[in-house]
Amino acid sequence: MTVVVRIAAHVFKESVRDKVLYNLVLFAVMLMAASYLIGQLSAGQDVKIIKDLGLAATQVFGLFIAVFIGIGLVSKEVERRSIYSLLSKPVRRHELILGKYAGLVLTLAVNITVMAMALYLVLGYMSWTETEEFKQNWETPATDPALLQALFLIFIQLMLVTAVALFFSTFSSPILSAVLTFGLYVVGHFNTDLRNFENIVDSQAVGILAGVVYYLLPNLAPFDVKAQVVHAQPISFGYMALTSGYAGAYIGALLLAAIFIFSRRDFK
Amino acid sequence: MAGYAISLQELTKDYSVGFWRPRPVRALNKVSLDVNTGEVLAYLGPNGAGKTTTLKLLMQLIYPTSGGAEILGRPVGDIDTKRRVGYLPELPYFYDNLTAEELLWYFGGLFGLSGPDAKRRAATLLDRVGLEAERRRRLRNYSKGMLQRVGLAEALINDPEVVFLDEPMSGLDPVGRRQIRELIQSLRDDGRTIVFSSHILSDAEALCTRVAIMAQGTLVAVGHLSDLEFKTLGWELVVTGSDTQALTSLGLDAVKQGQGGRFVVDVPVHRHPDELLPLLASEGFSIVALTPIHESLEDYFVRHVTRHASTAAGSHELNETPQTATSSPKR
Repeated sequence: MTVVVRIAAHVFKESVRDKVLYNLVLFAVMLMAASYLIGQLSAGQDVKIIKDLGLAATQVFGLFIAVFIGIGLVSKEVERRSIYSLLSKPVRRHELILGKYAGLVLTLAVNITVMAMALYLVLGYMSWTETEEFKQNWETPATDPALLQALFLIFIQLMLVTAVALFFSTFSSPILSAVLTFGLYVVGHFNTDLRNFENIVDSQAVGILAGVVYYLLPNLAPFDVKAQVVHAQPISFGYMALTSGYAGAYIGALLLAAIFIFSRRDFK
Repeated sequence: MAGYAISLQELTKDYSVGFWRPRPVRALNKVSLDVNTGEVLAYLGPNGAGKTTTLKLLMQLIYPTSGGAEILGRPVGDIDTKRRVGYLPELPYFYDNLTAEELLWYFGGLFGLSGPDAKRRAATLLDRVGLEAERRRRLRNYSKGMLQRVGLAEALINDPEVVFLDEPMSGLDPVGRRQIRELIQSLRDDGRTIVFSSHILSDAEALCTRVAIMAQGTLVAVGHLSDLEFKTLGWELVVTGSDTQALTSLGLDAVKQGQGGRFVVDVPVHRHPDELLPLLASEGFSIVALTPIHESLEDYFVRHVTRHASTAAGSHELNETPQTATSSPKR
């Protein structure tokens, strides 16, 4: 366990010193600040726009962080041969995978926290500067705690994407891992369509195949609750728990698969 | 097998080559070798001989096709054994955003060293490899030679009993090479078991107690430097006598050395001293010294590698008959 923690701490340290990460976070925070100006252009919709843009920025930039750092976790170590030094230490291969994953999840958690704080800061400023009469028109308060539910599910979704990136990174190059992870991310958002595919096509075989693919690929749509949160639709605890449970199971399966492949791999 | 620091038993590794029709190519062919505790073994061979493959197998970076190996009496990959082993990979590369001391702290932590212990050990090692002044510089700004030194320090962070060094002198300037050579000598004097791969034979001659020579994945020769059958190339004969005329009449080329009728004669290998010495005595020469001239380790190395290459006839496929030179060290 100590080894996993040490590797995770190392990944975190390496990540926070990466210029790419700073640029992404800075850009996301700037976008949130800019959303305040954009909100001014649309009378009465300002808070909604800021929330929408803020959550979307958190998701998109979180995705970039998850993918661009996730794909390098293992494949860059192999490519640069630093894996030789690492695996010659008293480190089991599964500990390396778990440590790498935990380190990136920690990085994501810190970054999402920073982005969430930036979002709340913009919303708080808006709430502070507007009159009570104007605030009456808002569907939800500016600093609505429900935003945290959306942010939490974005974080869980990014944990899943990180596991996907790590999985691909155990057996393919960084570029291929990035392409596959982004591909799976896009497909994952339209996965629900596959479920109803058998009602659309005539061929039973194609319908069954679509069903298999539906269960095999990650379903990422349920993690996107931005619209509900912005429009004051409640999200139940049961929904949050079920979605998180699904992510947990999927992440577990991906990590097991990554460990299985990585444990048998030769590092030529 | 018991009692050896390192033991290889018919260690074999095949790689698949080709995408559409993969075929196995043998990188290491039934290598059996034992290394005693406290021994320094130079693992020699040209590029592609299987040196790095062997070390990677011992570090379990790759898995053997057949055969096995033990380090300190335990199968390779054993976690407790890894705590007692150090490894420098060929052309090491580390993390760009860490400094040298942070890297050593990290690896020290993986060995279970506490923070203060890891810091103390890192400072000592960076000083030993000549990087004390550069310890807080990020590794991305290090030259190839500096990374090599960091790699050496990293390989010793756990104060290992067994050290594997893959081309330790690679990328180093003459000063760096001397420093690292002295470092290896001090490790040897501490009684550690060291296996280092190299194709720089002067390093092997200076540091090792035994050499193992690899060619095309096969162990072709192994033994103590004193036991290897170096070819005799001739003799250096020092005599005193009247003049060079008599030497010339015996078919010898002589060079006069200093004063007092002292000559140095290069005796060719076909003129055996048993036949020559009585003739010189009869001509009135006194024998001062007679020293055989042997081939160098480099000549020996080239001779074995070339001979193996010609017998293997360039074939390196699986059906090749192995020529395994199995050897255990003198105990």
